[in-house]
Amino acid sequence: MALYRAHVLVCKGTGCKSSGAAPVYDALKEEITRRGLDKEVMLVETGCHGMCEMGPIVVVYPEGSLYCRVTADDVAEIVEEHLYKGRLVQRLLYTTPEDKVKIPHYRDIPFYKKQFRIALRNCGYINPDNIEEYIARDGYVALAKALTAMDPEDVLAEVKTSGLRGRGGGGFPTGLKWEFCRRAKGDKKYVICNADEGDPGAFMDRSILEGDPHALIEGMMLGAYAIGADEGYIYCRAEYPLAIKRLGVAMAQCTEYGLLGDNIMGTDFSFHLHVKEGAGAFVCGEETALMASIEGERGMPRPRPPFPANKGLWGKPSNINNVETWANVPSIIREGGEWFASIGTEKSKGTKVFALTGKVNNTGLVEVPMGTTIREIVFDMGGGILNGRKFKAVQIGGPSGGCLTEEHLDLPVNYESLTAAGAIMGSGGLVVMDEDTCMVDVARFFLEFTQRESCGKCVPCREGTKQMLLTLEKITSGKGKMKDLETLEELALMVKEMSLCGLGQTAPNPVLTTLRYFRDEYEAHIKDKKCPAKACSALISFVIDAEKCRKCGICAKNCPVDCIAGDRNTPYVIDQERCIKCGTCLEVCPFQAVSKV
Amino acid sequence: MKIKSLEDLRKIKESSKDLTSARSGGATRVIIGMGTCGIAAGAREVMTAVLEELDKRGLRDVAVETTGCIGMCQKEPLLDVIRPGEPRITYGDVTPADVVRIIGEHLVGGKVVEDKVIGQTD
Repeated sequence: MALYRAHVLVCKGTGCKSSGAAPVYDALKEEITRRGLDKEVMLVETGCHGMCEMGPIVVVYPEGSLYCRVTADDVAEIVEEHLYKGRLVQRLLYTTPEDKVKIPHYRDIPFYKKQFRIALRNCGYINPDNIEEYIARDGYVALAKALTAMDPEDVLAEVKTSGLRGRGGGGFPTGLKWEFCRRAKGDKKYVICNADEGDPGAFMDRSILEGDPHALIEGMMLGAYAIGADEGYIYCRAEYPLAIKRLGVAMAQCTEYGLLGDNIMGTDFSFHLHVKEGAGAFVCGEETALMASIEGERGMPRPRPPFPANKGLWGKPSNINNVETWANVPSIIREGGEWFASIGTEKSKGTKVFALTGKVNNTGLVEVPMGTTIREIVFDMGGGILNGRKFKAVQIGGPSGGCLTEEHLDLPVNYESLTAAGAIMGSGGLVVMDEDTCMVDVARFFLEFTQRESCGKCVPCREGTKQMLLTLEKITSGKGKMKDLETLEELALMVKEMSLCGLGQTAPNPVLTTLRYFRDEYEAHIKDKKCPAKACSALISFVIDAEKCRKCGICAKNCPVDCIAGDRNTPYVIDQERCIKCGTCLEVCPFQAVSKV
Repeated sequence: MKIKSLEDLRKIKESSKDLTSARSGGATRVIIGMGTCGIAAGAREVMTAVLEELDKRGLRDVAVETTGCIGMCQKEPLLDVIRPGEPRITYGDVTPADVVRIIGEHLVGGKVVEDKVIGQTD
């Protein structure tokens, strides 16, 4: 094999792909060949690097220079300057938002500096379609170690020692869950991967599936070995076509290398893996609904017990974990449970991947040790709030989570601390909100989502979420009464208490936390008929300041409903009756004469 | 090939190591001046010779980097070698034939090729 002096890594994760990575890759391939560098420069397609905001991302090794927002037009310069002449293309390097410093090396970028990667260790570093790159990074060493030198009980003990807890939301100790399934009676057992990631704004699992599918497969095989299962299912939503494709490639390679199938590595251990595509119902992320869906039934939860560990898929003992949980397992077996337990806090071990989105400068994926504060995540890695606005709240844990405020910024993130504050770890969605976000509207948004996704099997969830949503809509449209807040709280507690599954039990969280921390905003909507963040369209109006108006008429020309009148001699005025509050006049006015009140 | 044992896995790991080795930033670094002056003086040929020699000797843990003009154009092609924990040695007027010596004696053997050295920085 030829020696490549430089490696050019092009992110082809879903984020970078949608911002145009494919033409960049093609242009690089052509330009490198044209300059005769194809024998010494290797072009590699990788999964997500995490800094999706800056995509398409191109990383050049051995220097480790990260280029941001690369287009096909930049390619000739990168090849000529960097690959040929060894000069960094300064204008494409990452620039810090505050002091505009160019950072030449990947690992020095603040976004990456505080990260500690276990689940994402290979994402953006290897070609996910090449099993040999995974093996070169110690892939399948854990499996070989387990099969040749460890009993299933040893593997189980190691996972228990590590203190790993479920990364899908619940936070149940993984080792204990495995043990229940191992001890369950049955000649046939299953392991299942929950890859039905459905929270709005969350894409941790997708990145692992796309960037390092072998880590998930190896993790499941270790779990199967520990539990005594010989068959596994990956339940992945059909909206993740790239993830499904890469899983297919990875599984075919495993079969080819004898890592999937019968008598793996010459031992008695056999394992067969299937991918089941889900149709994207949020409730199928609930384990019993997920298993019903695999069986071909309608995706609806059922009461527990019996727990899946005793009676799961096709009535057999089954163990179900989410993608990130499984992806942590190979590192635990390879490096040891003690090593994993040395990271994180007393009760929450290891790291957690967060999908950072919303009004923050660097949106993307970060993996941090448990116990990192929200401030470090939002300000140090996320680079602070967009456009220098003020931080207001962070919604953590997706539609099942809650909104936390400025006073929680120094809260170390772990399962217990978040639950105590009214949020949950959830799968790790983290939506940042600034002063322009209306908290009542946020609660309405998430409830609209859970209400739509409620499967309808149990009454509290089906009817409760609907009634809560109607009440919230009443408040945001300015028709609310103070009594509605009591109704809302009562309904929320009822739904939380009485729903059959996790969807209903957590759906009221956004309402409860916003009521707890932002009650004044609710009251402003009801008592003063005002939306303090000026976001609820029913409660705001647009006005033109006659003093500032220069009578140019640009607002009137752009108004989609022709409700602005005036001429060269009289200042323009908006007809409030006909105004649809689209905000176009405010955007186009060159003299800032239009304002929201 | 089928992986039948830990040994088989190790073999694949060994043979696929170079796939990602350049990404971990090798222990030893070879830096070639690739400014216009360097290229005009034959830096491309030096680069090719370096890659060939490393390949021939099976040296994988070496990062081969390029750099721009450092101002000493009359001595181009310039080639720097940095071994871990040792000072950076700059060689001048390097020819492909010198490359074989530099890699053999200095990079592998640890003995600086004195007659070609033009500078040293810590």
